[in-house]
Amino acid sequence: MSLNRADIENIARLARLELTETEIPVYVDSLSRIFAFVGELDRAPTAGIAPMAHPLPGLAQRLRPDEVAESDHRELYQRNAPQVEAGLYVVPKVIE
Amino acid sequence: MSLPAAPAATVAELVRGLAAKRYSSVELTRAYLDRVAAAQPGLNAFITVTGEAALAAAARADEARAAGRGGPLTGVPLAHKDIFCTEGVLTTCGSKMLANFVSPYDATVVAGLRQAGTVMLGKLNMDEFAMGSSNETSFFGPVRNPWDTARVPGGSSGGSAAAVAARIAPAATATDTGGSIRQPAALCGVTGIKPTYGRVSRYGMIAFASSLDQGGLITVSAEDAALLLGPMSGFDPRDSTSVDSPVPDYTATLTDSLDGLTIGLVKEFFDDGLDADCGARIREAISVFEKQGARVREVSCPNLPLSVPTYYVVAPAECSSNLARFDGVRFGHRCESPKNLTDLYSRSRGEGFGAEVKRRIMTGTYVLSAGYYDAYYLKAQRVRQLISADFARAFSECDLLLGPTSPTPAFRIGDKCDDPITMYLNDIYTIGANLAGLPGMSLPCGFVGGLPVGLQLIGPHFSEARMLNAAHRYQMETDWHLQVPAAFA
Repeated sequence: MSLNRADIENIARLARLELTETEIPVYVDSLSRIFAFVGELDRAPTAGIAPMAHPLPGLAQRLRPDEVAESDHRELYQRNAPQVEAGLYVVPKVIE
Repeated sequence: MSLPAAPAATVAELVRGLAAKRYSSVELTRAYLDRVAAAQPGLNAFITVTGEAALAAAARADEARAAGRGGPLTGVPLAHKDIFCTEGVLTTCGSKMLANFVSPYDATVVAGLRQAGTVMLGKLNMDEFAMGSSNETSFFGPVRNPWDTARVPGGSSGGSAAAVAARIAPAATATDTGGSIRQPAALCGVTGIKPTYGRVSRYGMIAFASSLDQGGLITVSAEDAALLLGPMSGFDPRDSTSVDSPVPDYTATLTDSLDGLTIGLVKEFFDDGLDADCGARIREAISVFEKQGARVREVSCPNLPLSVPTYYVVAPAECSSNLARFDGVRFGHRCESPKNLTDLYSRSRGEGFGAEVKRRIMTGTYVLSAGYYDAYYLKAQRVRQLISADFARAFSECDLLLGPTSPTPAFRIGDKCDDPITMYLNDIYTIGANLAGLPGMSLPCGFVGGLPVGLQLIGPHFSEARMLNAAHRYQMETDWHLQVPAAFA
């Protein structure tokens, strides 16, 4: 399977990744090769086989009671933020 | 290069030495920090060295021992892969994206090993976000293999493997999503264990592919792994896939007899891709197990050759979802003067992620996108079921599986960078265990052209004790795991 420039630009847009002009042809080539390689899966006999949902047989996602278990660490966590103001994360204006 | 002497060969020896007061933890820690400093320019195994904090923790360990408190591991130095969050310490995951991230909390693994008394020397280099098999994708530069510094140490836990191989850290934590503990352990001539999925908490372990990621260890010996695995294992309410089952004392059964143990040789592991000399080392190792009473038989896992293409759908899919959190808003890299919110996201991510991480995010985005989900993702999850069933059938006939860890010894830095598929095929023997959630180990079993070769054991779910037992018995009869590269002896 072969991807073209428009495919890569569309995938990058969906993934919110800005690519440079030099990166685009590299990914056209390498993703085409990856999808050709992954195409081997077509020959696997999977009729009637359920998709695997958990690596351990018989185990499902555990739920916990809906109780407060954590305290507020906002200030601590915001120390890693690029820009905060009055306890809020600052981003470019969204609504004009 | 001349390094100050390593205080001991193994963690087990350090445990005895500390108990017998042959040295203090401060002395030990200083000795390893000196070795780290001397080896760092050549190996680049560490991203961050926490010397002052290590000496302070060692002093506390010595006080605890003097007061009759603490356990066997109190005062033993080790290092953590930089994928594990460490409170107040830079935690980069090998990425520019997190080059400024100081974790506000500890991973459960880090907390568990600290509570057991271990002393952290620092944070180890790795492939960016654990995506790589050669440690060449790290934003902080490649790690070099102590056996030949022109060669890769393997990846993604390349820093962990190189540090233990060079004896600049007595032991190291590591993680394994498709072979990232076992493959570098094999390429660097050290012991690696990837436990059963769910055995070790993933809390605070930066996520790559959540249904495959598992924390573990790189150590000199299986005995060392048995000593350290207990404190990092067990149920953790903070990880929703953590399994609530008791953790056995892994050291208690290390020397059990191998009489009656049935070892399966997976036919598909001995394929044309396996280097002939590496194959010969594996066969020599098999005879060591046989001499100890193990029975060996061939088994087949016919769907196993599909494990690499399966993985390269499932892992990128989960990666694209997990790495969506890096948006330049709450933490991590942010681009300069964003024009609008979309520009902030796209440029921060485009600048913050390296080439391989972007490749996997895009692969995953594509396989999960409308119209392709059934053809790729669901198909891969069905094949994953087939591969798991192959293993389950094999374990109805034998106790452990044995094969090579990696198709070749360590390759040269730069050799496999041009084609992602060539690089991905390094993990052809290790990925199956991740897809099925099984525990696996790699053990040093000889050399080819002066480079170490690893043999792999794979066990049924939660068979870590039996696997460590078999590995330890093998290491009682061999000394491959005690070989140290000349420059670091």
